[in-house]
Amino acid sequence: MKRMALSVLLTVCLTVVAIAQTLAINAAGATFPYPIYSKWFDVYHSQHGSIQINYQSIGSGGGIRQLIAGTVDFGASDVPMNDDQMKDFQSKNGCGVLHFPTVIGAVVPIYNVPKVSADLKFSQKALVGIYQGSITRWNDPEIANANPGVSLPKDDMVVVHRSDGSGTSFIWTDFLSKASSDWKNKVGAGASINWPVGLGGKGNEGVAGLIKQTPDSIGYVELIYALQNQIPFGLVQNADGKFIKASLEGVTAAAASAAKSMPDDFRVSITNAPGATAYPIASFTWLLIPETIKDGAKRDAIKDFLKWMLTDGQQYNEALSYAKLPKPVGDKELKTISKIQ
Amino acid sequence: MSQARLIWRKSLNAVMLSLTGVAAFGVVSILFLILGYLVWNGGRSLNLDFFTKLPKPVGEAGGGMANAIVGSLKLLFLAALAGLPVGLLAGVYLAEFGGKAFAFVIRYTTDLLNGVPSIVIGIFAYSLVVLPVKHFSTLAGGFALGIMVIPITVRSTEEFLRAVPGALREGAMALGASKWRTIATVVLPAASGGIITGMLLSLARVAGETAPLLFTAFSNRYWSPGWSQPIASLPVMIYTYAIAPYDDWHRQAWAAGLILLGLVLLANVGCRLVLTRRGMTRSV
Amino acid sequence: MSTTSTTVEHAAPPGARPRAFIQRLRQGDEIAHTITLVFAAAILLITSLLVYELWVQSQLSRAKFGWAFFWTSIWDPIANNFGALPFIYGTLVTSVVSLLIAVPLGLAAAIFLAELAPRRLSDGVAFLIDLLAAVPSVIYGLLGIFVVVPLMRTVIGPALKSVLGELPTFKGPNYGVGFLTAGIVLAIMVVPFIISVSREVLLTVPGDQREAALALGATRWEATWQVVVPWARTGIMGSIFLALARALGETMAVTMVIGNNPKISASLFAPGYTIAAVIANEFTEATGDLYLNALIELGLVLFLMTFILNGLARLLIVATERGGGHPA
Repeated sequence: MKRMALSVLLTVCLTVVAIAQTLAINAAGATFPYPIYSKWFDVYHSQHGSIQINYQSIGSGGGIRQLIAGTVDFGASDVPMNDDQMKDFQSKNGCGVLHFPTVIGAVVPIYNVPKVSADLKFSQKALVGIYQGSITRWNDPEIANANPGVSLPKDDMVVVHRSDGSGTSFIWTDFLSKASSDWKNKVGAGASINWPVGLGGKGNEGVAGLIKQTPDSIGYVELIYALQNQIPFGLVQNADGKFIKASLEGVTAAAASAAKSMPDDFRVSITNAPGATAYPIASFTWLLIPETIKDGAKRDAIKDFLKWMLTDGQQYNEALSYAKLPKPVGDKELKTISKIQ
Repeated sequence: MSQARLIWRKSLNAVMLSLTGVAAFGVVSILFLILGYLVWNGGRSLNLDFFTKLPKPVGEAGGGMANAIVGSLKLLFLAALAGLPVGLLAGVYLAEFGGKAFAFVIRYTTDLLNGVPSIVIGIFAYSLVVLPVKHFSTLAGGFALGIMVIPITVRSTEEFLRAVPGALREGAMALGASKWRTIATVVLPAASGGIITGMLLSLARVAGETAPLLFTAFSNRYWSPGWSQPIASLPVMIYTYAIAPYDDWHRQAWAAGLILLGLVLLANVGCRLVLTRRGMTRSV
Repeated sequence: MSTTSTTVEHAAPPGARPRAFIQRLRQGDEIAHTITLVFAAAILLITSLLVYELWVQSQLSRAKFGWAFFWTSIWDPIANNFGALPFIYGTLVTSVVSLLIAVPLGLAAAIFLAELAPRRLSDGVAFLIDLLAAVPSVIYGLLGIFVVVPLMRTVIGPALKSVLGELPTFKGPNYGVGFLTAGIVLAIMVVPFIISVSREVLLTVPGDQREAALALGATRWEATWQVVVPWARTGIMGSIFLALARALGETMAVTMVIGNNPKISASLFAPGYTIAAVIANEFTEATGDLYLNALIELGLVLFLMTFILNGLARLLIVATERGGGHPA
């Protein structure tokens, strides 16, 4: 008995010593890009065996929170930090935060209407009304008129949103705020919303899970979550009035105008972008890196990862339905990496 | 007493008594239902990969929970290290040395600690261990679980120490042993069976705790080096995978649930059998 | 066991007390006493520290909202306006629903085990029911999501609606998740506590009470329900309080099936939120110190609720065991 305990102890200690050679970097944040991030960190780890970047997808709000609290080495968010949060970070950590766009993604309206197999079209008014609670049935005229020929049931809609602080929610409500000044004034855009109606799901994963299991439901998730789980998603009316289905082309078109005039701090919103082919609910997503990283080994590893991400990493984007960064943006970011001290 | 009334009373008697039997067996069958579900769904997903591989990137099938299994073991090890000595020695104090007033306060506080919801203990561990060092860590998770181990250990230690017959104690003292020697060499060994089973039961209980780990140990997709990094654990993985939409993750959640439940039930069945065989009443 | 220097103390001669003390010190008793005292006091320290941390870390929220925190029903992280009412409501509703299901079930099972079953069967079944209490919360959550929620959506919900659909408690769409589902899952989790404590309390009722009732011509059921159970009622009440305290603090199983919506609704089919669930969901992402403080204040509220309930429960159970629960 004693011998067994001793040998177990020895094995644990040896394993601990062996692993102690690895450089462990912790990050947390958005669930929106989690599929591509987990792929990147996995590939990077297989190329640099001693560096492991442990990313937990807890939502953009969580990423910002843990970054400010200093419990993670860098964060990730689909909503850029606002000025208050940047000041908060500055006062707690003594330096600023740099935003690095990584991919462009799309937020799509997913639904589970058992008798309907067609791709539904949603006007801007329809989406606002559904999430405000003024449209409660699937056969409401606002939806029916955009989908002639599709027989919609008169079932009650189950509205699903995010229960956690979410950048995806920010992208969604940012679009709704641009679509309706009523929404903008009454509810507003943000990562944590006082939702008028609906069930809360945790993370993109939780919302997708709820939609899959709940008939007559509608929700919003990042495109890849709909594709990976074979959940039908609808077309959305863009600023030019056209109904666009989310795709790499639509998302890249949305980013086109921003690519030309990207601000230095990379904080920009591309929802409801102009252009006939632009998908209206598209967004960049950012890695939030502190300007000053005291640990030399971590700093070098993070800078190296960023370089890799902006060059080799981008080749993995499209397979997971994220659009690549426009070249001018990528180049600008490569120059910004040197700001990390 | 009219015949009708008598018949009514007798039939009511029969109905109610059989309902109680139905209730009892209904509750027991729930246990078997749970086990059955886990074995059916989890058993199919158990393979060697599950025990040896790390999680795969999101959306890719396969991978396992090797790091979570080891993580849970590491956390339990820390919880035992932190909580068992405190529980044991406090129990010794209450049984052997305690005065009236102070012992009452300690007992009351221990009961209080036992009733604290595990999420509140998580908040406590976060503000005490995570915030000051700005780090989620295995230590923080072990600390939170260690606090939860203490009350059960204290109670079972005290009860089994008290159950040791006074004659044993007096015999030792008559032979000239000092009090602490009596306790260390006579009383504790006599009560050791019960005390150890009490300790194992408390560990089995915290093995399944999720809430306090959510913001102390956090989670990790890789092996956790050392003790000051976030670490994966079975309960947190089950939670994360269960609320996700990927069917492959659901399968892994069932498998992990089966492992977790299996270990917890094994510990419980084993310990309780030992206790009943010794004829001791259980306090846990 | 070898004997070291032995001293036999008789009636202490004058001046012997300091000598005796040093003797005990050398023999290590005082040290042992002090060491164990320190560890026992550590428990006191940990618990006080816990309460202190909860109090201090919720400072911002307590200062800003004061007592109004308890009856404000808004939870708006953007406007930084927080109120505890939806969560207190959700916690209470799910706990009450769980008790409504668990108490009759548990009491009936306890009666069976204490009164009717032969001792060996009773011990065996009680053993199995204790195992139910050992099942981790997250496993109940797992089964909740994949078994209870679909059941609620396809079978239980429609059945309730067809029979009781007019009552405000069963109006509104049935999502599968919600107050009722959480209540059902909680009921399964707390029923072992009710059974195990009630069974023990019922077993302590003196046999002559039972026999006197039977001698007077009562049926088994009447003897049990009208004599034995009332005798044990304080202990049974204690077990109910214990179950309630457990239900209030339950986190994982509830958060997986309650729908995560901080709204107050009369309907049991509606999604809701409990204190424990909102802390688990939002703690790691509470951007802003006021937000975090509000969550910790919720933790403080939960702590107080369980503290009071556990105290009452212990009192009741102890009263039964000591005084035989003699009804006043």
